[in-house]
Amino acid sequence: MSFPISGAYISPIYLVVVGFVIGILGGFFGVGGSFIAGPALRAVGLDWNFAVGTDLAHIVGKSVVAVRQHRAFGNVDLRLGLIMAIGTIAGAEIGAQLIQMLKRAGNVNLVVSIVSIAVYLSISTFMMWESRKTLTSQKRRLPRGMVKGAKAKQDHSAFMHVTRGIQRLKIWPMIELPTSGVKGISLWVILLVAFVGGLFSGFLGGGAGYIRMPSMVYVLGIPTHLAVGTDLFEIIISASYGTFTHAVKGNVDILIALVMHTGAAIGAQIGAISTQYFAGPKIRLAFVPLPLIGAAIVIYTMFTGHKL
Amino acid sequence: MKSETIKTLRAFAIELAIYALLVVAYFFLVLHFLGEGLHRLEVSHRYAYAAAAILLMIGQAVVLQNVTTLLLRIIRGRSV
Repeated sequence: MSFPISGAYISPIYLVVVGFVIGILGGFFGVGGSFIAGPALRAVGLDWNFAVGTDLAHIVGKSVVAVRQHRAFGNVDLRLGLIMAIGTIAGAEIGAQLIQMLKRAGNVNLVVSIVSIAVYLSISTFMMWESRKTLTSQKRRLPRGMVKGAKAKQDHSAFMHVTRGIQRLKIWPMIELPTSGVKGISLWVILLVAFVGGLFSGFLGGGAGYIRMPSMVYVLGIPTHLAVGTDLFEIIISASYGTFTHAVKGNVDILIALVMHTGAAIGAQIGAISTQYFAGPKIRLAFVPLPLIGAAIVIYTMFTGHKL
Repeated sequence: MKSETIKTLRAFAIELAIYALLVVAYFFLVLHFLGEGLHRLEVSHRYAYAAAAILLMIGQAVVLQNVTTLLLRIIRGRSV
């Protein structure tokens, strides 16, 4: 199928399959999946600028589907999402400015590659350690023969003492998040978490759900199911902003995004429904390989010099 | 429990098959004709194209989700 905006010729079946896989990942983990979508589009000959811009447009659609599904399950904290969107957009702008600075200095590829590998590996290692520790301590706590069900869905974290310490910081203004079960947290902490997520989004591309979702769980103390849904809601706003600016710069082939999204629409529903069958720590443990895939792609590109 | 899982999987398989047919029809009836118009808009009115891109994406997302939900409701309603 020919796509006149980017001048690319790509099989629609390939796009639908890629969208389907990324849709499942997004619905289940609350991530945009840009570390897979970008290289997948590049692999079929789309220029990087189009791959980044088109992926953002596709993320908007996919997140809309997943958020509506998560909302039906009560997994979206609208108040938290709207506050976070402010910090994310500010962070994304700063991240983009940092990229421009590195571009001018002539070492953008090396710095971004090293930072991304370090970030992806750190997130995977930390989440693997935390979720395994939580699952082990939960097993010890559960009496033998206890029926799995509501109890198994309760969200525990081995990092809870740090989360409680952060929630005890009384820096005005304090915000209550009843949907997430947070009685009081400083607005500045929420904005800082969102800003850091936005910074990574602007610096490393995509929605940066790989850093925002764990930060929401461990720093803000949001239950994993709500963190996934709220992160997706927040991604709708930040990715729409990104799509608009990229489209104005001529980096979006909306037809490719629309075709990809037909696969993502059903994948996201399957992913979102699947979260209902897993407890929080298990979702976090399953998340561990995703940043590693991103790290592997970057290492491969660095050492071979090939673009996927 | 097992039979419930089998029912769910069967419903998903049927939904996927019907959905695939609808998507193929959508390619040829809608996206194929949208291509040239969007290309012209992208060349001559960038801001309008940017706004249209977001609206199209959100519109498609909402419509497709309603289609998949409806399909699931019909298929699961019959299988129960």
